Amino acid sequence: MGELLRDAWVVARKDLALELRTRVGLISAVVFTALVLTVFNFGRDPTAVGVLDLAPSILWVTFTFAGMLSLNRAFQLELENQALEGLLISPIDRRSLYLGKLAANLVFVGLVEAVGLPLFALFFNVPVWDILAPLAAVIAVATIGFVAVGTLFSALVIRVRFAELMLPVLLLPFLIPPLVGAVQVTSRLFSHRPLSEVEGWLKLLLAYDLVFVSLASLLFPTTVDE
Amino acid sequence: MTLRSKGRWINWFGLLLLAGVYVRAIAFTPVEASQGGAQKIFYLHVPAAWSTMLAMGLVGLASILYLLMKDERFDRFAACSAEVGTAFACVMLTTGPLWARPVWGTWWTWDARLTLTLFLFFLFVGYQLLRGAVAEPGARARYSAVLGIFGLLLLPFIHLSVYLFRTLHPQPIVLKPSAPSLPGAMLVTLLYGFATFTVLYVGFVVQRYAIATEDAHVG
Repeated sequence: MGELLRDAWVVARKDLALELRTRVGLISAVVFTALVLTVFNFGRDPTAVGVLDLAPSILWVTFTFAGMLSLNRAFQLELENQALEGLLISPIDRRSLYLGKLAANLVFVGLVEAVGLPLFALFFNVPVWDILAPLAAVIAVATIGFVAVGTLFSALVIRVRFAELMLPVLLLPFLIPPLVGAVQVTSRLFSHRPLSEVEGWLKLLLAYDLVFVSLASLLFPTTVDE
Repeated sequence: MTLRSKGRWINWFGLLLLAGVYVRAIAFTPVEASQGGAQKIFYLHVPAAWSTMLAMGLVGLASILYLLMKDERFDRFAACSAEVGTAFACVMLTTGPLWARPVWGTWWTWDARLTLTLFLFFLFVGYQLLRGAVAEPGARARYSAVLGIFGLLLLPFIHLSVYLFRTLHPQPIVLKPSAPSLPGAMLVTLLYGFATFTVLYVGFVVQRYAIATEDAHVG
């Protein structure tokens, strides 16, 4: 277990170092997030729809779209110079490889969300400060779920034609449970309702994380096996 | 007899049974008091939904077996079951709105079961798109098996998440803790419909499997 996590950390550190040195992916994803938020602003009639009614959907559609675009790069960057073969023959457990990729993706998507949330609060004038802790927790739980599935699927489509299009087509149905749950909890938070009202949704989100992180780390070795 | 002609015979038999479902539904079942004639589509819609679920369940099961045993026949079966499942999903998704329009007053609503079946359809489509996009048979089988297992596990989550919304869909009337609350003639027709659509599922899969096997030997 210790070795598994240590190797995973090595893989994650490699990906993050690569990302933080070039920063192209990260900056593009942040700009993309800001642009989607702006587009949403013009996609509604401000006199007809109150911003608080729409806010949870805006937040989550933006986050899932930004997350989905970021996921493509996880294994795409291993295609150059057959880096993936190198990773696969290196003496580490395949599950470490998955967990490392998952961790790097989570940091990446988490950074994008960390910039996206204040922008969202600013653009739509939503007071997030006093509910920041529970909101951050919900964002984390929902993000883990969809990034876990997305990381595996990005390994699945890597050698597939039209990978950029195939990933969303395969992944979107899997985003529904975390997305629906997150929107429900977020909207209760924005209207200052007690969390006990959304107990069912929170359980669902946690169960989703548990099931799909386990399943993905179980099936990842078979997926990349040549 | 070749597998292909066996499939064809099963299908002829299934189509004959299907004609019987129409006859029973039109002539031998009472008109439902509140829904009127529209309710008759129920004898096709619910069995089609059953075959769709059966197809998805067997795709998932065959996927697990493929990963355990690496026998390409499981992969071939999963592919055929997904194709047939897509066809039944189309039947379900067209008969549902036809019924919903007069009874609910709307073609579509984001009710639990509707959403679930729509995603079932999207899963089937995604599954086949993935299969079409991978050229190498070994990789194709592996990838689609992984997706099949994921899909199978996704369904309870989608069901739960849409169930937490309020539902408009008629509640279960046959498979529920108490006795079926359906008049005898309706229940018999429905069960007969289930049997018919199961035969059709088997027939379609057998015939499709035979074609896939011939394909594999040729190519």
